[in-house]
Amino acid sequence: MTAQSLPAVQTSGLVKTFGTTRAVDGVELQVPIGSVYGVLGPNGAGKTTVIRMLATLLRPDAGTARVFGHDVVADADAVRRRVSLTGQYASVDDDLTGRENLVLLARLLGFSPRQARTRAGELLDAFGLAEAADRLVKTYSGGMRRRLDITASLIVTPQLLVLDEPTTGLDPHSRNQVWDIVRALVADGTTVLLTTQYLEEADQLADRIAVLDRGRVIAEGTPGQLKASVGAGTLHVRLPDPTQRAHTQRLLGRALGVPVHPASDPAALSARVTDPRRVVGALMELTGAGIAVADFALGQPSLDEVFLALTGQPTRPDTPTREDAA
Amino acid sequence: MTTIPSTTALGGAVAGRARPPRPSALSASRTFAWRALLKLKHVPEQLIDVIGLPVIFTLGFTYLFGGALAGSTRAYLQFLLPGTLVMTVVLVTTFSGVTLNTGITTGVFDRFRSLPIWRPAPIVGALLGDIGRYLLASTLVIALGLALGYRPDGALAGGLAAVALVLGFAFGLSWVWTTLGLVLRTPSAVNNLSLLVLFPLTLASNIFVDPQTMPGWLQAFIDVNPITHVATATGGLLAGTATVGQVGWVLAATAVITAVFAPLTMQLYRNRR
Repeated sequence: MTAQSLPAVQTSGLVKTFGTTRAVDGVELQVPIGSVYGVLGPNGAGKTTVIRMLATLLRPDAGTARVFGHDVVADADAVRRRVSLTGQYASVDDDLTGRENLVLLARLLGFSPRQARTRAGELLDAFGLAEAADRLVKTYSGGMRRRLDITASLIVTPQLLVLDEPTTGLDPHSRNQVWDIVRALVADGTTVLLTTQYLEEADQLADRIAVLDRGRVIAEGTPGQLKASVGAGTLHVRLPDPTQRAHTQRLLGRALGVPVHPASDPAALSARVTDPRRVVGALMELTGAGIAVADFALGQPSLDEVFLALTGQPTRPDTPTREDAA
Repeated sequence: MTTIPSTTALGGAVAGRARPPRPSALSASRTFAWRALLKLKHVPEQLIDVIGLPVIFTLGFTYLFGGALAGSTRAYLQFLLPGTLVMTVVLVTTFSGVTLNTGITTGVFDRFRSLPIWRPAPIVGALLGDIGRYLLASTLVIALGLALGYRPDGALAGGLAAVALVLGFAFGLSWVWTTLGLVLRTPSAVNNLSLLVLFPLTLASNIFVDPQTMPGWLQAFIDVNPITHVATATGGLLAGTATVGQVGWVLAATAVITAVFAPLTMQLYRNRR
């Protein structure tokens, strides 16, 4: 294999068992260098366990994982020199200030005391944390903490940045900031591997997506390929008059060319749409037939819908794995 | 502070940078010791035991038992103070296990464990930082003792040697608690179990009364209790009468405890999931 074709991450038959639960059950991943790779799945799918193995925090029970060609078990130190992990649970010290956190890590990476202070100051400025730099992290908002957490992974720009659910629990503004950071890193040539529960996030950021379910990759491809297999999204329609629902269901079904389902709301209907262009025509047909529409929305397919499409069943309740135990 | 960082500033800050050479084991451990001291600075409540125990033990035992056991508090203080020093520092060591148990479940330790550094550095560094706590406790016990009329014959050199011996033993003993800290699931379990081990060890020793007054089976236990030997050697150093055998026993015990529990701690630490 030449250096050119060497992937940033390559796993083969990766397995990790906790007790009787196969948290990761034969995962095959190939992450090209310089790409953003999204691992999509519900809680308990095994996302965090895969990532912890890649970051050398867990030993695989079977199979192999290589990061830039280095085995995560046999050559763990080489992997650690190339990977930075920002875990799902804040990996910064609450009882220290933002600046102290960064200086501490810079010292551990081999910076001299003076270099460490300079680098910490530089990063705090660039990430909009200068004002809060000398406050204890426990006083930070969720968004600031997350930014500090990611900053802490960038003291030496890693070749592979691993982000475990980087935007879970963040408000939209903070989420956009995290996305900007990811884009800036990729522009600089860093490979980013991120896990998420949101198809929208994977769609926005990732070049390729693997969908994980119960420790297995159940789909892999570009966001476009994945969405094509799932449908473009779901059309929700609500009627002012519930008695017209059955009639509307037939009309919409014919116009969209897909099955239309009554929702639990007696006045609402929904349909997984394959071609969004047909939505406008379908709605106009309703108007033509004299059916008033109170409300309609065309949304990105949710993770639930992705799973429904890929597995034929909705996302399962959490299975007990590391993600829940931690 | 919530301004969106500009993309150019971000780009500049993340632009590829050379990685400095890996820090030595000593440097990495020292950085973790600094972290422990920073935490003491920001959360001074962590010093409650280090300040409270010396005061309670030195004043409490001297005035409670002094009159009854030795005829006068002053005479008892001469006998008790080395033991108080040992007991205080030994009880304060349990903090190491509790801290590790609390810290290891946080994401911070995941980050440390994913860094290319000497593996034991986070634990060794934390224990080095704890020596600062032991030093503070020792100083308080001796200062209080001197204020109450304790007059050792070993002069300054004896005092320094005694404190150094106690700190060394405490460092070794801390590895037992870090092992427990990695085996047990909650900080309170670590705290309870370590106190459960330490109370009998400190009480069934020669710290409070002369073992000659005790039944034979208890004397037999006291003779092999490491705390007895640490108290004897410490008292000897403070009084300027310590023998090589007394000090050697403590150093050997420290070495054995460390040789067993430090690798055990590291084994558990490495294999944590």
